[in-house]
Amino acid sequence: MLQFTLRRILQIIPTVFVVALLIFVIFSVVPGSFAASLFADGRTAADPELMARLNRELGLDKPLLERFVIYIVDLAHLDLGTSFRTRQPVIELINSRIWASLELAMAAMAFAILVGVPLGFLAALRPGSILDTVTMIGAVSGLSIPQFWLGLLMMYVFALQLNWLPSFGYGDGSWRNIILPAVTLGVTPLALLARTTRAGVLDVMSADFVRTAHSKGMSEGQVVRWHVARNALVLIVTTVGLQFGSLIGQAVVIEKLFSWPGIGSLLVDSVAIRDIPVVQGAILVIVLWFLVINTAVDLIYAAIDPRIKQG
Amino acid sequence: MRLRFNLALGAFLTTLVILAGLLAPWLAPFDPVLDADLMSSELPPDGTFWFGTDAQGRDVYSRILYGAQISLTVGIVSQVINSVIGVTLGMTAGYWGGWWDDLVSGLTNVMLAIPSLIFALAVMAVLGPGLPSLLIALGLTNWSWTCRIARSSTLSLKSQGYVQAAQTLGYSDLRIMFTQILPNMMGPILVMATLGMGSAVLSEAALSFLGLGIQPPFPSWGSMLTDAQRLLQLAPWVAVFPGLAIFLSVLGFNLLGDGLRDSLDPHMRTRKP
Repeated sequence: MLQFTLRRILQIIPTVFVVALLIFVIFSVVPGSFAASLFADGRTAADPELMARLNRELGLDKPLLERFVIYIVDLAHLDLGTSFRTRQPVIELINSRIWASLELAMAAMAFAILVGVPLGFLAALRPGSILDTVTMIGAVSGLSIPQFWLGLLMMYVFALQLNWLPSFGYGDGSWRNIILPAVTLGVTPLALLARTTRAGVLDVMSADFVRTAHSKGMSEGQVVRWHVARNALVLIVTTVGLQFGSLIGQAVVIEKLFSWPGIGSLLVDSVAIRDIPVVQGAILVIVLWFLVINTAVDLIYAAIDPRIKQG
Repeated sequence: MRLRFNLALGAFLTTLVILAGLLAPWLAPFDPVLDADLMSSELPPDGTFWFGTDAQGRDVYSRILYGAQISLTVGIVSQVINSVIGVTLGMTAGYWGGWWDDLVSGLTNVMLAIPSLIFALAVMAVLGPGLPSLLIALGLTNWSWTCRIARSSTLSLKSQGYVQAAQTLGYSDLRIMFTQILPNMMGPILVMATLGMGSAVLSEAALSFLGLGIQPPFPSWGSMLTDAQRLLQLAPWVAVFPGLAIFLSVLGFNLLGDGLRDSLDPHMRTRKP
């Protein structure tokens, strides 16, 4: 188990390196330099001398390979560069935003798990019932709904009309501010979890070991608790892990919608003003976050299900 | 029975969106961009403006019809690009194996490590907003699952009798791949592409909502919702209809994809995560 754990953790490093390379390559083929876009006012051509000075200051005049080496060496020292616009270290900018994002992602996932898993379970225990039908229609809809639209509608109903909850912002960190964005963000993973849990439980229910358990006289409750729940859990944990990726992606849109001060809104704002170091840094941190969660899921997975250990 | 219903509903919704896009010039009572009239801005739905009007007094119904053209273009073109990339890489990796297979598998794993919307956002940041960038960004984003499926299908088809017969006859590798292997894995690839269209429509809407996709005044469903957020208190109907259009078309593609998969292979009931 220890060896497995170490191997999975070490596997993150080459992936992060390749992602860093990929991001670097994508942003080095930017047509039109940053300096030109900064000085372009649509009327006069940018002063070439001024642009050359800016490029020198930002280190953009060096050859591509040299810039990449500098980038990687800095990265190894946890230095993500300096913002083109504010001249603040990128790592500081990210640090000031990431905690709000983590809070939002965790709240959304908690909501999805606490509602989605029991719903899927109940639906599977009574297949064909009204609850089952409603859950499945809800799950299909939840996977197709544009989350930011749902957020907009909830903002209208619960914030503007009923005045129950604040319509945007982090406020002073009160739980009232996180409800709308977290529920909005949680809807898609909730739908998928309900669906996966239902499918997983139905699958396990028809397995041989469940029939054996029934025939040796275990009660329905015992069978569900001892055999069905534990086996379905593996599938649920995997779904949660995989959903984190799209949740982090979607969080970018939801944070912007609710003006949530997270890394997602930082990323969108930086893309809009072409602040490349911040964009690169934010993407890298998001990927790292996703990889860490996936690794954690793999480890939990191996801990729950002895059958797949040392895969 | 229920599966057939899903397939039928999916086909119906998809047809509806395609018809809306194709027939927009005849169905729309107003021009989606030019018929702006500040005297009739933010009107609630009535007999003239079925879905009401927006802040510039443009007819929301007409804009939604034309918006279908953008969503469909993005959905279809990006999935064609994804399928071509995914199939080419996956099939050659599975067929040739060796270092090429390792390289492709490594690249696929890296792509899967980047949340797809984040990757699309990065590409949009480089290329700038607009329809061509959207097509490229979303076309490069979602090929990893197709690639995996193409690779594993090729691996299992490679040992089939007819593929080996073709090898014995001295057919070239490319001819075998395109005439013997590709036709036999079209089903799952088509399912992936259909489901991918749904997520591409969603991503386009999200990127345009963020102001990084289709730019105003062109009627993308996503950017219509950006305007709607500003008007939420005054004119909530501006927010309702574009979102409903996105929802119904994505639902259509998803049901169609699920239905196709279930009718092609009743054993493969698990969904792409």
